[in-house]
Amino acid sequence: MLCGGAATAAVPDAGLTSEQLEQLGERNLRVVETAVADIAASGSPVALEVLQALQDGRLYRRQADGVTLVATRVGGVLVYSDPLIGTLGEPLADADVTLIRVSNRIRRALSAAIASLSLDSEDPAVRLAAARQFIDSPDSDLLEAIETALVDEPDGRVRNELEVARAAAIASDPGQSEEARREAVDRLAEAGSSRARRVLLGMFIEEGSELDARRDAAVEVIDRNLARWQQIQNLWHGVSLGSVLLLAAMGLAITFGVMGVINMAHGEMIMIGAYTTFVVQGILRGISPALAEVSLLIALPVAFLVAGLIGVFIERTVIRRLYSRPLETLLATWGISLILQQLVRTFFGASNQRVETPSWLSGSMEFGQIMITYNRLAILIFALVMLAAVILLLKKTPLGLHIRAVTQNRKMAESMGIRSDRVDMLTFGLGSGIAGVAGVALSQIANVSPNLGQGYIIDSFMVIVFGGVGNLFGTLVGAMTLGITTQLVEPTLGAVAAKVLILVFIIIFIQFRPRGLFPQKGRAAE
Amino acid sequence: MKFFPTGLLTRVWIVCLLAFGVHAAADEGPIRVGVLHSLSGTMAISETTLRDVMLMLIEEQNRKGGVLGRRLEPVVVDPASDWPLFAERARELLSVHNVDVVFGCWTSVSRKAVLPVFRELNGILFYPVQYEGEESERNVFYTGAAPNQQAIPAVDYLREVEGVERWVLAGTDYVYPRTTNRILEAYLKQQGVADEDILINYTPFGHSDWQSIVSRIRQFGSRGKRTAVVSTINGDANVPFYRELANQGVRAEDIPVIAFSVGEEELAGINTGPLVGHLAAWNYFQSLDTPENKAFLERWHAFTGDSRRTANDPMEAHYIGFNMWVAAVEKAGTTDVDTVIDTLIGIQVPNLSGGIAEMLPNHHITKPVLIGEIQEDGQFFIVDQSEELIPGEAWSSFLPGSRDIIADWRPPISCGNFNTRTGTCGGGQ
Repeated sequence: MLCGGAATAAVPDAGLTSEQLEQLGERNLRVVETAVADIAASGSPVALEVLQALQDGRLYRRQADGVTLVATRVGGVLVYSDPLIGTLGEPLADADVTLIRVSNRIRRALSAAIASLSLDSEDPAVRLAAARQFIDSPDSDLLEAIETALVDEPDGRVRNELEVARAAAIASDPGQSEEARREAVDRLAEAGSSRARRVLLGMFIEEGSELDARRDAAVEVIDRNLARWQQIQNLWHGVSLGSVLLLAAMGLAITFGVMGVINMAHGEMIMIGAYTTFVVQGILRGISPALAEVSLLIALPVAFLVAGLIGVFIERTVIRRLYSRPLETLLATWGISLILQQLVRTFFGASNQRVETPSWLSGSMEFGQIMITYNRLAILIFALVMLAAVILLLKKTPLGLHIRAVTQNRKMAESMGIRSDRVDMLTFGLGSGIAGVAGVALSQIANVSPNLGQGYIIDSFMVIVFGGVGNLFGTLVGAMTLGITTQLVEPTLGAVAAKVLILVFIIIFIQFRPRGLFPQKGRAAE
Repeated sequence: MKFFPTGLLTRVWIVCLLAFGVHAAADEGPIRVGVLHSLSGTMAISETTLRDVMLMLIEEQNRKGGVLGRRLEPVVVDPASDWPLFAERARELLSVHNVDVVFGCWTSVSRKAVLPVFRELNGILFYPVQYEGEESERNVFYTGAAPNQQAIPAVDYLREVEGVERWVLAGTDYVYPRTTNRILEAYLKQQGVADEDILINYTPFGHSDWQSIVSRIRQFGSRGKRTAVVSTINGDANVPFYRELANQGVRAEDIPVIAFSVGEEELAGINTGPLVGHLAAWNYFQSLDTPENKAFLERWHAFTGDSRRTANDPMEAHYIGFNMWVAAVEKAGTTDVDTVIDTLIGIQVPNLSGGIAEMLPNHHITKPVLIGEIQEDGQFFIVDQSEELIPGEAWSSFLPGSRDIIADWRPPISCGNFNTRTGTCGGGQ
């Protein structure tokens, strides 16, 4: 399988030599760069494999004789093979080889080389990445390869990017005709992406020429396009931050919003949920690496149980004795939060714990000119599902009925035969459990450290107070409003000013609507 | 963002009096060494290791027979990441426990908080962390890097090797990033970088939502010129920052991030796969291939009983500082504070990168500058190392206010902020 990019090479069929391979491990970066280019141009069938291995940090040098080896992970063990010969007869110990490390400069050379070799890959995603790489580093030597690839490219998206890549290559080459370059500039303006903009700005053009004016117009078109998308991007960031706030505040909406307990240990329930994820992940990875991919799903119920049981325990031992004494509850729960933090610090250490992100949650997708990261998208969906579940639970189940009855009129509920004591316990456990589940999700975006909860407790209270105590719909609106406002203010004023503004806004808002956006009505709201 | 400083209630401070057997033969009893690092609160993540390394160094010194024939006794207190509490604990160390020297502090604000105490009670503080400079105190010895030993060489590396022309200076909103960025901005402009090619951004402590900032960095980096981020983001906020970078597909090849506060310890909490190639500038990396470092790591792993414990730059600073203090006390023949302060200047001890660190008259030390790229295993691949050791500059020559100021604690100047133009001491004492 000869590669399109290699067509321009001087010696098309030279194959790989062991010298070239050994040069990859040189300390002198220039030698390595040359070796990378030579290997890419060699046309050897294993060139791509070798370069990819170097890029991924899987290329090793055998200490005994300096031979370069490619490592592949098979069932958790590294298996080495000589790219020129094949699999080694005897397995090597890890101590017999040293990893060949690469710096950014080499990595750039590798990206270009790998892109030139992967245009005829089976996987459209790989071809797309290759096309984008061509736009990022336009080179008129690649034109021929791009043309060849365009002839039978089935995937529309890849085609599109390849055309832009062709335009980029033509536009950046002063040797091309004026006419061709002008057309290329128009094609880049049509692409409207920041990649195309970068190509336009990097073009070598005589100042004041007609092409120069055309380029400036094209950049302006792209700028307008990008500015529109920027608004949408900010909105998305706001919705995403709002969903994080919603998730963090939902448990508190039960313990504080419904029960009226000022629960300063709420953040620590989130933290416990995150640590549960860490532990569950560790155990599952021990059983089978494949299970680690779904460990988050398994951690959800476990975190709910762990945090919920701790919540029940706290309610039974402390909070039960302090109902209707808000100030004491505040101090007591704050004390509990410090105790929980220090306990976790003692057992797990002060350092951050590493919670792996499963592969289906890492990365992002491009939607027009905006970027949506998968973990944020998952958190948004998850938060909404959770909210729906909690609302259903409160409105449609017997437990929900009891909870609402007790919070609205305790005496009457008791006289109807509801064990209000038990309902209190379950409600607090439910709120804590929901906080634990939130912790599973937040372990994907925050630090899993003993201080994790501290970062969310204030925001959670803000959301509840703003949205209206005791109203889950208010929590949703409150979280989204605060999230979107923060993200719209942040790009112009900076993160610090955004925080300050939000706080000032809430203080003023509370002056006029002390019960929040959606106050409770009727007798329940004494 | 917190309602109340956590530390106020965590006044659960620990005093460890580790006994290593019977008292030494000397008549005066043991020499007390204060360790002032947070063991709880936000900074515990970084500072706990420094306590551990101090305990190791003291234990080793005792095994060698102590200092001046007297045993060393560590006195550990916990200032709980609470800045005013640092001052209280420092006072307690100096006046209640009568320690002869203190090793401690991490953030600049905690150092600033204890300064008046050390001045008033005349103690010695060894401060092991890279900082913003613009300070030289008689009672403090700065074993971390000054800006000219970290920030400026890092920027030079990016300019020369990576060809960077556009700069994002991103930092946490407090004194160290603000001063460092002021110095860097002045330096870059002096090097002919235009205003529009510099973007400065500050975020609060523990900032966790980096979406819009990272997307802004991506945009800033798509102007046809090579762009880099110089990060003075501190502590916990780094993890979500790097995670967001990775998720939005910002690769080190496109926009490298060079960090001044991210070391091996901080990387331990992240999946470093997507960060490969981002940089850090320090004066020490665990991956240094020198016999001194190998020996140190062996002892460290044996002491902690954990062969995967990481080592980092401030640990090396304590290693150098402790050895300097020991050498000075042995040279002076006493632990008397004034004598030791005077003797420390000019003391030379080996560092872990194969050179010799010297205590300069401005209470800073000579250090090599290393640039490392993050690797898959959370270690750094050293891509650049300064040929010689660089002397620390207390006052930056790039800031208009401090250009003419030097620090020299030798007579006849004996001043931490001496104005060479007017020939007066600005009141450092």
